[in-house]
Amino acid sequence: MQNIFSLPPIWYTFAILSVLTLFGALGTIMSKNPVHSVIYLIVTFFSISAHYILLNAQFLAAVNIIVYAGAIMVLFLFVIMFLNMKQESDEMKNNKLITTAVITALLLGSILIIFLRRAGKEKIDGNAFTSQTGMVEVLGKSLYGEYLLPFELISILFLVAMAGAVMLAKRESGERHF
Amino acid sequence: MSSFVQWLTESMFLWKALIIIVIFAITLGIAAYSTWAERKVAAYIQDRRGPNRAGWGGLLQPLADAGKMFFKEDFIPAQADKWLFILGPCLSMFTALMSSAVVPFGNSFIIGGKEVFVQAIEINIGILYVFGVVSLGVYGVMIGGWASNNKFSLLGAIRAASQNISYELAMGMSIIAILMMSGTLSIREIVSQQHGGNWNIFYQPLGFLIFTVCAFAECNRTPFDLPECETELVGGYHTEYSSMKLGFYLFAEYINMFASSAVTACLFFGGYNYPGMDFVEAQLISALGANVGHNVATLVGIGSMFTKILFGIFFFMWVRWTVPRFRYDQLMNLGWKGLIPLAVANLVITAGAILSGYKLVGIWVGLALMVVLISVGWSIRPKKKNAILGA
Repeated sequence: MQNIFSLPPIWYTFAILSVLTLFGALGTIMSKNPVHSVIYLIVTFFSISAHYILLNAQFLAAVNIIVYAGAIMVLFLFVIMFLNMKQESDEMKNNKLITTAVITALLLGSILIIFLRRAGKEKIDGNAFTSQTGMVEVLGKSLYGEYLLPFELISILFLVAMAGAVMLAKRESGERHF
Repeated sequence: MSSFVQWLTESMFLWKALIIIVIFAITLGIAAYSTWAERKVAAYIQDRRGPNRAGWGGLLQPLADAGKMFFKEDFIPAQADKWLFILGPCLSMFTALMSSAVVPFGNSFIIGGKEVFVQAIEINIGILYVFGVVSLGVYGVMIGGWASNNKFSLLGAIRAASQNISYELAMGMSIIAILMMSGTLSIREIVSQQHGGNWNIFYQPLGFLIFTVCAFAECNRTPFDLPECETELVGGYHTEYSSMKLGFYLFAEYINMFASSAVTACLFFGGYNYPGMDFVEAQLISALGANVGHNVATLVGIGSMFTKILFGIFFFMWVRWTVPRFRYDQLMNLGWKGLIPLAVANLVITAGAILSGYKLVGIWVGLALMVVLISVGWSIRPKKKNAILGA
């Protein structure tokens, strides 16, 4: 057992960030007010971005902040503010639901534990590791070189989703104008 | 202990800490005096005198205002969400202050044989950092507006959110055109590529226009100050706020103006570069020696950067007291149907110009072609039958 005071500083950073991540995640599911939930979720996204920075993946960290914390969660908050969710939902007072939830959680937990125990524990070779892996230049080269086809296919998928959203939101002729 | 002292003196830590504190102080100082300058500019444009009682020409007015803000009653509505009500203005101030961290305010000082950049942190994703912080800026307004438990505040918060989301897209796409030309995400690198009069404004006139309009919308400045439109919303998202919490919201707006002027200066106006800077540096080095000469030349560069920033802030004020406020549907139409298609067209033109090998000529020819196409298309557009709805 290693002495806790002789650990390198990065371990403390990791531990603090992990506690923060779990705090945010637990707050998300345990707070009664949906707006509080969203704010806890934003805390989680931030600490996950900090984990990315610990892994030297700056680009991923920045994009995680911009896309998830900056855009998607703003939309979440936006929608939740429109809904008036003052009254408490009585779903959790139902006995059947609680039993189902507990069984599902136990199954999922056991599957996770089994796979974690079976997962190969590979040591990363410090000499072969390049610190530039997470940098934007390397990422761009591998995305537009090695993985060009899947990347372009995903962009087509996004285009289709966008066109679909526009179609759904389009006013039909004869519909009311506001 | 001695190794720690040695580390402190040998590493950049002390210099960086000093630079961060100085930038922080200058940001707050400029933001405070922007409130004075805004009233003076407004007075000049409206042909009156402006604040002139506190100090010489009203120069002590910001201090008097701050004193008033601190001594007012700090009021929290009974039905408000207390913690979020406090968190709102804090977040606004925090995100506003964070954005200038990656802006290079000057080239570098040579101190004791080491080169210290005049910049809080130099990261290779600088522009993404700015973009991320800008996209977080709306949380302060949204949380504050919602936590007030007031319908007018909520409307202001929702307006702020939808406005920021809409204009972020066009802003991002106008920045992408710059990134395509410079091939880097680091702001220092973008600035140093504009050395020698190669300012991006000459290459990206349309990109600059889109970026500026979006910067006005992101800062909630007139003509896009719909979230605090007092004729419709009483006061907007800060209706329920008083004392220094209100002060933080108002102050954050001025800090955002400073930061966005700084980013505009870096992206489009060459940052700390100015015409003839090589000549000035060579003269200074021959007169004062290599190190001192370089440092003095850097100081002149910082001066040029701040001239650009102050002009940017003046431009914000000039527009505010000249242009009336938009209507809300006009704002949304301009963002989604005007600026985003223009930004995409700008991207295509930039890409074509880079591929053709003649960047400057290609971009201007492409823009001229676009203007011709749009005006031809506009003049031969089918006339709508329903004149009232089609207006």
